[in-house]
Amino acid sequence: MKTATGPGLAKRPGRAPAPATPGTRPRHVPFLRALPVTPAVVLLLLFLAGPIAYCAYIAFTDLQLTGQAEDSFVGLDNFRAAFDDEAFRNAVWLTLVFTVISALLGQNTLGLALAALMQRASKPVRTLVGAVVITAWVLPEVVAGFLLYAFFRREGTLNAILDWLHLPTQNWLFTLPILAVSFANVWRGTAFSMLVYSAALNEIPKEITEAAEVDGAGGWRRMWHITLPMIRRSIGTNLMLITLQTLSVFGLIWVMTRGGPGGKSQTLPLFMYEEAFQKSMIGYGTAVALLLLVVGSLFSVVYLRLLRTEV
Amino acid sequence: MPRTLSSRRTSHRLAADAGLLVVAAAFVLPLAWVLLSSLDTNANLQVKVPDGVTLDNFDSVLTPEITFTPLLNSLLLCGGGTALTVACAALAAYPLSRFRSRFNRPFLLTILFATSLPITAIMVPVYALFVQVNLIDTMEGTIFFFAASQLPFAIWLMKNFMDGVPKELEEAAWTDGASSLQSLARIVLPLMGPGVAVVTVFSFVMMWGNFFVPFMLLLTPDQMPAAVSINEFFGNRGTVVYGQLAAFSIIYSTPVILLYVLVARRLGGGFALGGAVKG
Repeated sequence: MKTATGPGLAKRPGRAPAPATPGTRPRHVPFLRALPVTPAVVLLLLFLAGPIAYCAYIAFTDLQLTGQAEDSFVGLDNFRAAFDDEAFRNAVWLTLVFTVISALLGQNTLGLALAALMQRASKPVRTLVGAVVITAWVLPEVVAGFLLYAFFRREGTLNAILDWLHLPTQNWLFTLPILAVSFANVWRGTAFSMLVYSAALNEIPKEITEAAEVDGAGGWRRMWHITLPMIRRSIGTNLMLITLQTLSVFGLIWVMTRGGPGGKSQTLPLFMYEEAFQKSMIGYGTAVALLLLVVGSLFSVVYLRLLRTEV
Repeated sequence: MPRTLSSRRTSHRLAADAGLLVVAAAFVLPLAWVLLSSLDTNANLQVKVPDGVTLDNFDSVLTPEITFTPLLNSLLLCGGGTALTVACAALAAYPLSRFRSRFNRPFLLTILFATSLPITAIMVPVYALFVQVNLIDTMEGTIFFFAASQLPFAIWLMKNFMDGVPKELEEAAWTDGASSLQSLARIVLPLMGPGVAVVTVFSFVMMWGNFFVPFMLLLTPDQMPAAVSINEFFGNRGTVVYGQLAAFSIIYSTPVILLYVLVARRLGGGFALGGAVKG
């Protein structure tokens, strides 16, 4: 048992020595124990918490990049301007479309389907599919963007295939850019959901599904009544995480369409970038960033609630 | 009965294989494009058998200006950022894993919260802040930001791996008079080598692929990492030479794929999620 003779502990009578840490250890005051955390905390405060606080401040100013000596406090003007701005509402709508199609419907469903099929598939197929899907995920964002740009271009692979099948072709990046970037994000992000669900499915005891199988429950019924309820926590976690990842996608869309044509694939991160830099409205761009951050924080809180029993 | 069940299983397996192969075919097309085009003298935007197999594309991008300088910049940025992240995360994880404190839980919750914040959103204020404190367009500023943005997840992962190292071994060292930092360096970290490797590789891979951070914080072309310089293929060079773009993409992607394979083999496919999902 630990001897409670440390100076830090002596100052606080009534506090029992930590029961989970038996044995003799160097005597340290609690302050010294926390010392190793300092570098990390300093970095986080300066480069993460600092910018976030600064974000919350300049969102309420009219800070611009050029030609202005002093920025002044404008209150909620930036936010009012945003909600009056057709382009902003367009970006909100497109972000919603992008998130629903690529994360909730695409990555989530496809990831679950792949994981479920892999449970039954033969080993070589499983290995092959895993390798291909994970490669798409590991590739740098910009490279993934180029590959999908080539795929969806008018003279690209998709149209070549459609042509070969005698199906109508079109210039995807021009007519349906938000759909093209959504599919690109599915291509890039499905591996994450697949890995989450594979891990979850592997933890379901074989006896349960086998018993149901012997009792005559078909594949779909087993999926719906047994598997899905058992992995519902993983579903929640996965949905939260991929939504957060999708909300902040920038490079992929930037490479494929630059948000165009005419803002037709301009999600909030791209809108924020354009307002802040191409139009030099840092204050306004930051107000948009703050909104994005608030939405992200809400999702983060829900995610924490989902994990709360495990922390 | 067992026979029908097993024959049903076989047909299920075939159906599953077929379904997976269809999806894999769709996934493989863009990857096939980059591989085939890089070897093609006359590459365009379609997947096609090369007109003539050649390494010319690789040859022409392997110049200091196109490949070596950007890759070296990437290495400096991501290497520096990763070293800083791993060092800070290891130090921070130690007290969190070893000592009980009423600050642990709030700290870990904050870390987990920060892990899932959309970092993209704060790039505009980070830029504005960096302009004010003269860190804009500097390698060290970018390295610091890279490290900070990766730290929450790194601390979280590191702490979970550290929890897996039994305390008894350390207590023996303490009895022999080692300090906490000594036992961290000599006993805990070596024992959790695979864990440290995972945090290192994961941080490096995330930074290597990141486009937005260097795109915002660096301005001088000489300092650009590969993630940003790849844009040059579209910019000022007029018509895009797709074969060279493909060759460069492969050169730029290979390190992270190799690193991933290295770590994934050792720890199983879902390693990167261990911290975020398992809790």
